[in-house]
Amino acid sequence: MASSQQEAASAYWKENVRLMITLLIIWFAVSYGLGIILAPVLNSVAIAGYPLGFWFAQQGAIYAFIALIFTYVVKMNALDRKYDVHEE
Amino acid sequence: MDLTLTTYLIVGATFALYIGIAIWAKAGSTGEFYVAGKGVNPIANGMATAADWMSAASFISMAGLIAFLGYDASVYLMGWTGGYVLLALLLAPYLRKFGKFTVPEFIGDRFYSKPARVIAVIALLVASITYVIGQMRGIGVAFSRFLETSYEIGLFAGMGIVFIYAVFGGMKGITYTQIAQYCIMIFAYTIPAIFISLAITGNPLPQLGLGGTVENGGYVLDTLDNILVDLGFSQYTVMKGTTLNMFFLTMSLMIGTAGLPHVIIRFFTVPRVRDARLSAGWTLVFIAILYTTAPAVGAMSFYNLINTVQPGEIGAEEGNLAYENVPEWFSRWEETGLLGFEDKNGDGRIQYYNDGNEAFAATAASYGWEGNELTVDRDIMVMANPEIAQLPNWVIALTVAGGLAAALSTAAGLLMAISSAVSHDLIKGVFKPDISEKGELLSARLAMAGAIVVAGYLGLNPPGFAAQVVALAFGLAASSLFPVLMLGIFNRRMNSAGAMAGMLSGLSFTLVYVFIYKGWLFIPGTNMLPDTPEHWVLGIGPQSIGAVGAIINVVVATLVARATQPPPAHIQELVESIRVPRAS
Repeated sequence: MASSQQEAASAYWKENVRLMITLLIIWFAVSYGLGIILAPVLNSVAIAGYPLGFWFAQQGAIYAFIALIFTYVVKMNALDRKYDVHEE
Repeated sequence: MDLTLTTYLIVGATFALYIGIAIWAKAGSTGEFYVAGKGVNPIANGMATAADWMSAASFISMAGLIAFLGYDASVYLMGWTGGYVLLALLLAPYLRKFGKFTVPEFIGDRFYSKPARVIAVIALLVASITYVIGQMRGIGVAFSRFLETSYEIGLFAGMGIVFIYAVFGGMKGITYTQIAQYCIMIFAYTIPAIFISLAITGNPLPQLGLGGTVENGGYVLDTLDNILVDLGFSQYTVMKGTTLNMFFLTMSLMIGTAGLPHVIIRFFTVPRVRDARLSAGWTLVFIAILYTTAPAVGAMSFYNLINTVQPGEIGAEEGNLAYENVPEWFSRWEETGLLGFEDKNGDGRIQYYNDGNEAFAATAASYGWEGNELTVDRDIMVMANPEIAQLPNWVIALTVAGGLAAALSTAAGLLMAISSAVSHDLIKGVFKPDISEKGELLSARLAMAGAIVVAGYLGLNPPGFAAQVVALAFGLAASSLFPVLMLGIFNRRMNSAGAMAGMLSGLSFTLVYVFIYKGWLFIPGTNMLPDTPEHWVLGIGPQSIGAVGAIINVVVATLVARATQPPPAHIQELVESIRVPRAS
């Protein structure tokens, strides 16, 4: 019993860490990637008056951050239920 | 109605509201005083955290910073929002599960070490106290500029208000006033922004308006790029610094944001682990409303200002506004000292251009210009907006109340972090562990009162290095607190020797690097290298070094932990338990 509980806890943690790393890669890509490193290149494309790199740095990255946190919330709530570790 | 009177009425009404909340939200226990009884709704906590986070600098100065830095100001926009992703994914839910009152308390318990707790308290105090000085100054300046009082009286009024709701209400009082303060500041920020966006681009949404077109059909950003180049400045939308420094500065601000104790403790106030995750999301939504509006406010009011002084062709004599024809708001802001005009070439007209650009000097001389004649304080981009958009007096007054709300809410949050570290971590944790619940509540109130007095004193007699130290607050939080909090959760093998070695090495590396460029202990003249980009190692400035300090912290902590005894079994069980939401 104790060992199967431990296995479940470690499987839950592994899935959590995998989700977290996936989201952090996206977090890094939209801000440091598109907003800083690739910004000079992206700026040659303009969307509705915004140079694209500039848009990511001053608008897009922030919207992406919000989407990432809410994705994390939804996925973690599902994960909590799957492993039956959710709160009342 | 007279503007000053309207301002008094509106600011007075907001202060009365804060006092009303203080009377309603008196804290009766240490749990209520430190963490508002862990009963705050996650959306409400999101609003409170947004107000806690957005300081006088975010509200008053950021749009101006964006206006003058253009694309390069993106580091602040991304840095001060991206940190919430780290907070939500790496810290908030686990620290909430831990379920205690302060950040140093987690470090002390997790690393079973009083010295580790004390190091954390010191890092917290340095970061929070330097931060609070700026808020106190913001309150004094807002009063003296807009309510025609002296700086001191303004500061005392602000201290008095915070005293009432923070000393009696603790975190509970602070939470509910921060919610009210958020509503006031976001309303005060967005209304003028909508009107200026409508006036310049015809689009009521500033976020879309910034991508819109101006009167002559050109895009706002294109037009701004072109005018700036014609006046000898760099383009608005392109990078002026180096990629590497922007990278590390953004990283330092993000990690620092996630490691600032006054933000972290706000997530201790929600009922459950999943509320802590959700609350981080709402916090960022509420922050983003202001942070995605600010770039539009910055660019549009800058465009507006340049167009006002340079209405015609650049280089033609009639292209520049004659000083006798300046609009009313121009004269009013000249009186406050935020705008300054000096007619260097004696033509009675205003020339605004980049006289520091040597390549542009010949062109300027051919126009008959003899130096830039207009000095602009960046705060004007927000504060003058309502007048430029010709909004009624009550909107102008509301902007003042919004600036005060931003300063007060952040000051209160910082004072909460300071006082709980003193009463809970030092008095109860180290000096008097057997103190009663009642005794601790009293000591918490006294610590709060003491922190307000110290903050007020430092606001009245700001140390000369105050402005530089604020940048250091982020470096400290990034290089000391964030890495050990994260390792404490994600690395079960992390032990007390590793955590202490990590904190001390990250902290001392960051301090030394900053001191080399800013002077030892910020004493002027003791810096060993000039603080200019060509002398920075790899072009990484002292503001950006926190991220490197954080990396050093993690590496040192991991190596030391590997070479020493693993933590005792009950600590490893503690780590297991904070990793799952449900209490076992």
